[in-house]
Amino acid sequence: MAAPLLEVRNLRVEFPTRRGILTALDDVSFSIEPGEILGVVGESGAGKSMTGAAIIGLLEPPGRIARGEILLNGRRIDALPYAELRRIRGREIGAIFQDPLTTLNPLYSVGQQLVETMTTHLPITPDEARRRAIGWLEQVGIPAAAQRIDAYPHEFSGGMRQRVVIALALCAEPKLIVADEPTTALDVSIQAQVIALLKTLARDKGTAMMLITHDMGVIAETADRVAVMYAGRIAEIGPVRQVVLHARHPYSQGLMGSIPPLDRRVERLAQIDGSMPRLTAIPPGCAYNPRCPKVFGRCLGDRPDLMDAGPTQAACWLYDNV
Amino acid sequence: MRRFFDSDLWYSFSRNPVTIVSAIVAILLVAGAVLAPVVAPHNPFDLASLNLMDAFKPPAWTADGDREYPLGTDDQGRDLFSAILYGARISLLVGAAAVLFSTSLGVVVGLAAGYFGGFVDSALMRIADIQLTFPSILVALLVDGVVRAALPREVHDQIALYVVIFAIGISNWPQFARTVRGSTLVERNKEYVQAARVIGISSPRIIFSHVLPNVTGPVLVIATLNLGFAVLAEATLSFLGVGVPPTQPSLGTLIRIGNDFLFSGEWWITIFPGAALVLLVLSVNLLGDWLRDALNPRLR
Amino acid sequence: MSDARFIEALDIARYFDVSRPLVQRLIAREGRRTLKAVDGVSFTIPKGTTLSLVGESGCGKSTIARMMVGLYRPTRGEVVFDGRDLAEARGQAAQRRRMQMIFQDPYASLNPRWRVRDIVAEPIRAFHIARGDEVMERVGEALTQVGLSPLDGQKFPHEFSGGQRQRISIARALSSSPEFLVCDEPTSALDVSVQAQILNLMKELQQRLGLTYLFISHNLAVVRQVSDRIGVMYLGRIVENAPSEVLFGAPRHPYTRALMEAIPDLEMTGRIRVPVGGEVPSPIDPPSGCPFHPRCPLANDRCRAVRPEMLAAGATLVACHAVEEGREAQR
Repeated sequence: MAAPLLEVRNLRVEFPTRRGILTALDDVSFSIEPGEILGVVGESGAGKSMTGAAIIGLLEPPGRIARGEILLNGRRIDALPYAELRRIRGREIGAIFQDPLTTLNPLYSVGQQLVETMTTHLPITPDEARRRAIGWLEQVGIPAAAQRIDAYPHEFSGGMRQRVVIALALCAEPKLIVADEPTTALDVSIQAQVIALLKTLARDKGTAMMLITHDMGVIAETADRVAVMYAGRIAEIGPVRQVVLHARHPYSQGLMGSIPPLDRRVERLAQIDGSMPRLTAIPPGCAYNPRCPKVFGRCLGDRPDLMDAGPTQAACWLYDNV
Repeated sequence: MRRFFDSDLWYSFSRNPVTIVSAIVAILLVAGAVLAPVVAPHNPFDLASLNLMDAFKPPAWTADGDREYPLGTDDQGRDLFSAILYGARISLLVGAAAVLFSTSLGVVVGLAAGYFGGFVDSALMRIADIQLTFPSILVALLVDGVVRAALPREVHDQIALYVVIFAIGISNWPQFARTVRGSTLVERNKEYVQAARVIGISSPRIIFSHVLPNVTGPVLVIATLNLGFAVLAEATLSFLGVGVPPTQPSLGTLIRIGNDFLFSGEWWITIFPGAALVLLVLSVNLLGDWLRDALNPRLR
Repeated sequence: MSDARFIEALDIARYFDVSRPLVQRLIAREGRRTLKAVDGVSFTIPKGTTLSLVGESGCGKSTIARMMVGLYRPTRGEVVFDGRDLAEARGQAAQRRRMQMIFQDPYASLNPRWRVRDIVAEPIRAFHIARGDEVMERVGEALTQVGLSPLDGQKFPHEFSGGQRQRISIARALSSSPEFLVCDEPTSALDVSVQAQILNLMKELQQRLGLTYLFISHNLAVVRQVSDRIGVMYLGRIVENAPSEVLFGAPRHPYTRALMEAIPDLEMTGRIRVPVGGEVPSPIDPPSGCPFHPRCPLANDRCRAVRPEMLAAGATLVACHAVEEGREAQR
């Protein structure tokens, strides 16, 4: 078995507030192998974006990693000094965010931004970098790349801008890409183009990817494995087919069941009653117990860790000693 | 009440020593001013109790001081401490009234401009722009001059207080109008306003019951900061002799009177009212600064 | 009045003036610029049914929603509400009361400074439906109807989650017992498990109260669950209008097909998708002829020059030259 490219072990992220310490992520562990796409899904507030932010070292203060470690190629990156982390962030980890405008600097042309990223991280000349920049823009499907390279971000449409962001994340040839809702701001037809692009690029370059989204369709199409998050923990993790079609954890089952199907009309959609608890009021035991249809005594007091549940791993007492 | 002590505002206040000190100073000064008739040892306006023999007494702790007059007396033999309390009362009254005036005017104009947009907006905002090109002291002097020329002296003295309030208030409203207009533009397009329009709620009602409560945060901050400014403006006008009538001396009037004796050695007549003014304005402004930061979600 | 034509839009259009300020226009020597957000749309909603409008951002669906409740006046055409001109109907409280709207953003659609009970009571008070203690009784009923407790009325909106806020919005909309509800993307800001709750609630309320819905969404799967009829919009026009099952069974317009093609396949059948190329053109400067022609695989010279009209093809109304000429089957 290949050594994992990224390994997250028992990650715990806390937010100190005046009403006490909030635990935003608790005991999150997973790994990504080279060339693998791990999908991370969950409802808003489940902690998926925060996991991504912790990995790229961009946790919003006062959030902090309280416990656990993050290893990239076997090297700890969670406690690096700022300058070192910045170097890694461009060179070894690329980031794609939902809103392309937060990534692109409006004052520089896209060409300048691509060239700067490449010359900072790769041992190449500016001329070579410019040549490659045009190549990247072509690869992400920007027509007439050689002319448009000197255009500014505002001169691109939303879909094109997101492609530029992808080119920017890829151009330093990082080994890992953390993509946080890369298609959410886009229309469906553009979304499909961007997903197809991410997928081929990742496959061709052998880049590993952590794809954070709330859109199960995107995950089903793109990911190799899926982690389902709930209230700051991983509820279930496993191969995409197993999790999407044969989920083991009652929460994953509920989540998948509540997606409206495109191919038929159902009179009543399966729904999960209630809503995810706020960080200030996470119930004892399994955090899902107030909403779970299969809840039993043990769920109320003990908190389950991930355990083998057939082809996937689920944090659910139903699978204890099975 | 419990909600207040549980709020983020109280939390931010209780952790900010400068703010706490400013609040204490401001409360002491305001309380002293408001309760002047009760707490002041003398009534400086009671001519019968004035004794010219007591004129120019230095503060109590100096060699020639008199315990009767803690901060000394002025040329009329008035107790300076009492005069300051009464003066601060006038200063605060004028300042608060002026701020209230400019706030009401500015908020109404800003709401109307922001909510109705189009021609109403352009017209009102151009007027505000024109207003802003005049320095406020100049506006105040102009208003005062016009009133003096137009009205007989007795009438003028009677309404002098209102003239000052109007003059200071009128020069400050554009600031409120602009801020409120900005927030109103944002709120107007929010869906809760549209939801009210769907059921046919009238525009004035939407403006006052829906929009207004959501734009008051910044207004409160500007009003606080403006209070300091208005008190200063009043002092400036009174110092220039175009402010409140001499029968109701404010801090500015006291400073002007004291100024005449500054070089003959009676420094206390001008220094103490000046110090009171500085303390008042400084503490109010520091409170305003804190309020601005505490209410700004981006700085939290 | 005929229930089959409860709500009607007759060739409605809405233009927005997006010109720059006069001085800048003079300097740049450009004329006025008009954004044709909606440009000639007609449809009918029979009483007790749901018509959905789907399309990508900027297609004009939200503008139509706002025209249907009178928040915008049509630049051209007429909205007919139960046999009356909408503008005329909105002049009377008794008619205005019969329509309501639910919005997309559950965080912006409730006034943060108002208590929930006052938010829900606003329509009741505005239409003088009840007075005194009866108002709060009705508020309690409305909250119960959407699965909340009457005690929740004392709280402020920020104390609720997104899904609960959307329930409050629905309770508010229903508190004046309307018959026609315009729902502008009511679930697109919600998580999928909560979306299911809200969709179920809306369907249940429709059955119980006989409501008529105009449902706006960009999500075809959601639309399929709630609609009787669906209009697919592109650049300010409806390009295809068909009964729900007909549309999904046999989509006719190339754009409808492209939209369905673009949705990721959850069942993982290994279907290979061919995403439609290009992007939606700007509605300020729409293409000539059929607005979809720059992205359409079936476009020919006629499509580039002549704008197609809506034509009936079975139960479907479709605006496409290729369908009319029978070219679409060759694909």
